[in-house]
Amino acid sequence: MRRVYLDHAATTPVDPEVADLMAQVLREVSGNPSSIYAEGRQARALVDRARDEVAQAIGADPAEIVFTSGGTEADNLALRGVLKAREGEADGIVTTAIEHHAILDTALDLEAHGQARVTVLPVDRDGRVSAQAVARSIDERTAIVSVMHGNNEVGTLQPVLEIGAICRERGVAFHSDAVQTVGALAIDVRTMPIDLLSVNAHKFYGPKGVGALFIRRGTRVSTVQTGGGQEKGRRTGTENVSGIVGLGAALRIAASRRAVESARQAELRDRLIREIRSRIPDATLTGHPTDRLPNSASFCFSGTQGEALVVSLDLEGFSVSSGSACTSGNTDPSHVLLALGLDRDLAQGSLRLTLGRDTTGADIDALLAALPPIVARLRAASGATVSA
Amino acid sequence: MTEAPDLYSDAALDHLTRPRNAGTIPDPSGIGSDTNPSCGDRTVITLTIADGRLRDVRFRTFGCTAAIASASVLTELATGLEADAAVQLMPADILRALGGLPERKEPCALMAIGALRGALLDARVRAG
Repeated sequence: MRRVYLDHAATTPVDPEVADLMAQVLREVSGNPSSIYAEGRQARALVDRARDEVAQAIGADPAEIVFTSGGTEADNLALRGVLKAREGEADGIVTTAIEHHAILDTALDLEAHGQARVTVLPVDRDGRVSAQAVARSIDERTAIVSVMHGNNEVGTLQPVLEIGAICRERGVAFHSDAVQTVGALAIDVRTMPIDLLSVNAHKFYGPKGVGALFIRRGTRVSTVQTGGGQEKGRRTGTENVSGIVGLGAALRIAASRRAVESARQAELRDRLIREIRSRIPDATLTGHPTDRLPNSASFCFSGTQGEALVVSLDLEGFSVSSGSACTSGNTDPSHVLLALGLDRDLAQGSLRLTLGRDTTGADIDALLAALPPIVARLRAASGATVSA
Repeated sequence: MTEAPDLYSDAALDHLTRPRNAGTIPDPSGIGSDTNPSCGDRTVITLTIADGRLRDVRFRTFGCTAAIASASVLTELATGLEADAAVQLMPADILRALGGLPERKEPCALMAIGALRGALLDARVRAG
């Protein structure tokens, strides 16, 4: 059966050019970038080139890029590193209710250990935090504000420019988890008032297990792990050379394709949203109707349960995901859907469709043909009454 | 004792895609329901009893694949049984009929049994 992969927010397939490059590095480059002899210099040159590629893609200086093991580590380094650097002077974290667990759980962990005071701001029905609420939450002991750029579950984009401007005015570091937007949206830290930005290679057709944190020059971040002092002491540990090469190449390619590709995906996404709404009664679009990730369509279907939607679509060849109960052994609907103020039952019936480079109009047509009968069947089984 | 599988069996998936006896009997002998409080899944079973036997058993389930498959297969297992035998059905009977469920999904079978027993009890109360 032909598979249609519509879960690009979870991960993306590695670009063949990236895979080739990484394989070549693994085969041919044996050195440790910290060694001063030829093999080490060769590895160092590759890491430096990748750093340039990442910096160029987001308008940063290469010295402002720190490689990590992925988005989670970048988020941890941002929060923990800033808090540690400000120890004794500032301990406040301001964040939102729809952040990724890498942020929320890190903030709560710091709070549980008495290392931070955490303010979690609510979002509106569209999943947006109010910049004014951020401004009101900042006090003289706030160390960092962390607001994601694009939400992984419902696609909503946050007003990061406005929030960043407020943080700058108040002298507070502003971090944004941009793992869903880097490669998909134009990001330029020369014009965006963002001090720390998390990047994750496997969201833009790079390898898993490698990411980066942009740290604006002058932003104080202490190392979280201790060791050999790599990455100028900001993230110690021997560099994942092939992964870093893959990250750099993937971001270079994504940046060069972005304008055309994101517009193409946004058009398919718009058709998907429009047609699902017209073909399935009582389909609730989650997230902001227009200000959302170009590849993301997310819904809740009353009278259905997300796991049953995902399994049913899988049987028909579609890979999709749900933020609902039972998909991951977790029995509560996702914190994001609940933060939007959705009723618990409605939040159970969530479905996330995220498009990618390989998604075609025919894929969208196939999904649009397969989904309505599945929703109807699950509603028939649950006895849901639906208002058309 | 076989280990619980990680994935759904073909039988469970078949009940998901072709649920048996989904619906509600308009004028039942008994009606029962059960809820899994940890996830909010619910099953309602309605049944008719004639001459001490279950003639018609139907289910409604708001829930995951396992919850739907459990209730669906239970309607097949229960139909035709004497009420006294139906009340003896156990989650293990559902698991056997489905070829197992993923381990963390086994409470879904219990929910279906809970709804059936509720319906049988309701029928007894109604019959006086």
